[in-house]
Amino acid sequence: MSGNLDYFGESHRIFRQSVARFVEREIKPYVDEWEEAGEFPRDLYQKAADVGFLGIGYPENLGGTEADLFHEVVLTEELTRSGSGGLAAGLMSLGIALPPILALGTEEQKERFIRPVLRGEKIASLGITEPGGGSDVASVRTRAVRDGDSYIVNGSKTMITSGCRADQVTLAVRTGEAGHRGISLLVVDTNSPGFTVSKKLRKMGWWASDTAELALQDVRVPVENRLGQEGSAFYGIMRNFQKERLYLTVMANTTAQMALEESLKYARLREAFGKPLTGFQVTRHKLVDMATMIEVSREFAYRMAAKIQAGENKVKEISMAKIFSADICDRVCHMAVQIHGGYGYMREYLVERLYRDSRILSIGGGTSEIMKEIISKIIL
Amino acid sequence: MKSLVCLKQVPDTETQIKVKPDGTGIVTDGIKYVINPYDEFSVEEALRLKEKFKAGEVVILTVGPDRCTEAIRTALAMGADRGIHVNDESLNDADPYSIAQVLAAAASQEGYDLIFCGHRAIDDDFGEVGAMLAELLQLPQVTLVTKLEIADDTQSAVVERDVEGGKEVIEVPLPCVLTSQKGLNEPRYASLPGIMKAKKKKIDKKTAADLGITSERKLAPTEYTMPPERKAGKKYEDMEPAEAAKIVVEALRSEAKVI
Repeated sequence: MSGNLDYFGESHRIFRQSVARFVEREIKPYVDEWEEAGEFPRDLYQKAADVGFLGIGYPENLGGTEADLFHEVVLTEELTRSGSGGLAAGLMSLGIALPPILALGTEEQKERFIRPVLRGEKIASLGITEPGGGSDVASVRTRAVRDGDSYIVNGSKTMITSGCRADQVTLAVRTGEAGHRGISLLVVDTNSPGFTVSKKLRKMGWWASDTAELALQDVRVPVENRLGQEGSAFYGIMRNFQKERLYLTVMANTTAQMALEESLKYARLREAFGKPLTGFQVTRHKLVDMATMIEVSREFAYRMAAKIQAGENKVKEISMAKIFSADICDRVCHMAVQIHGGYGYMREYLVERLYRDSRILSIGGGTSEIMKEIISKIIL
Repeated sequence: MKSLVCLKQVPDTETQIKVKPDGTGIVTDGIKYVINPYDEFSVEEALRLKEKFKAGEVVILTVGPDRCTEAIRTALAMGADRGIHVNDESLNDADPYSIAQVLAAAASQEGYDLIFCGHRAIDDDFGEVGAMLAELLQLPQVTLVTKLEIADDTQSAVVERDVEGGKEVIEVPLPCVLTSQKGLNEPRYASLPGIMKAKKKKIDKKTAADLGITSERKLAPTEYTMPPERKAGKKYEDMEPAEAAKIVVEALRSEAKVI
């Protein structure tokens, strides 16, 4: 691409090289070990903060670096290229935990809850999903009852990314009536008495990210930790969905791209019946199908990112992109494992992990079915 | 401490190099360019000196076509203060002597306490520019530097350099030319804030005429060729191990002539 068709300029290329090198040195040599261990070392947050990755897109007065959306695309792509979607999701869980604070918080709250996270000193999680409901945000049951200058919080949360080690959780709680108007957001210090990690959840994929079930029993949270007015949570939560969907779309496209690259490499080397797999038309065409689907999905995602960057509201299109890219990723990873045959089923081969990591992408950040409900409300 | 860092942009080490059909050079389409790794050690060392002495400047000095601004900008993103980019048609594919001449002229205009070069560039592997530059400027030089300590009065340096099988320690007065070797340091990542700040840093563009130079090349390539392709191996099958060993040894001696 050239001229104004190019989404990536000089600073994006320099940034890409920097992130790629970080991944090559600080992550890749250890990533298999971290996948098996179900977490990565805490100091990786610190390292990523030191080079400004964690602060991407946040205001400078909070210790962040303002940069256009394509820098975030670059970061997501290159972290996903570590070969561990879980690592990317875990390291960047602040990407879902902090935006409500940025949107609804006071200056004092932003200083208190955002700066230490961007410095890599604290880990932040977003706590919305409950055992009784996930995408149905309006049905939150965890209850916060006002008691003087505090709320007393009782309830449980599940499938919380980075929840096992989080220092603070941006927690959705019910402070009022049924429905979305009764939900508030509290930033809960995980050291508070009554806050426990009830379970570290074992998952199909994304192994390197720790995922928790949280229990809150009479946890006392100061009122000054409430974001915005009582009942304003819904706006704060919904606001960030456009970006979260873009990240997941980019992850899906990158995961699929890696599955394709692994398959190309393997098909050139592996011989069957006296010739390499690429000597078989059925394999060649499969590789072409994979490449075509990825190309289309990626170009659409970039186009939508450019429109979001230009300030357009693209909720419908980015929801479409998420459905489409996650589906493509599933299909491409399936084909990649198929091309690898028995080896594709073995842990030593990257496609085995990509196949497992792909599955979350049509579920996390709102299922494809929820995406379709959103889109149907817009187009019907 | 004012350091001039001579920096070359080279094809990424992972690039598959192809020679043009007419043998006049390499095919540059689709090549990804990076900072010469040895020059990156220089950038890092210069930045550390500036940080240590809490004073001075790190200036990047590059000769090359338009694409080289990205390499300069990367060094600025690491923390260098500004760049000088000598971009002149007459210097494309210049030989080491012409490059050294240009660098010497630019350095003289600029002033310096230290000049860093990579001990060689990984593309053409000459390893001559640093030494020539020191000669042209009539400066002392230490090559293949793996450790650098500047005296507190900034008048001299104690330098460790690689020699066959060991290290040599040399004391050298400043200003001088140092050429960086692997092991000198671990270069930092260009941070995101650094990358954003680098957008506003200055890169002076200069031509050979601005420096009062006309290229006096000493070398001109006659032809580029690829190394011969490796021939397919030979298989010795269906025989007893002892017999196979005998035949293989014989072949290594008489055919391959390696033993």
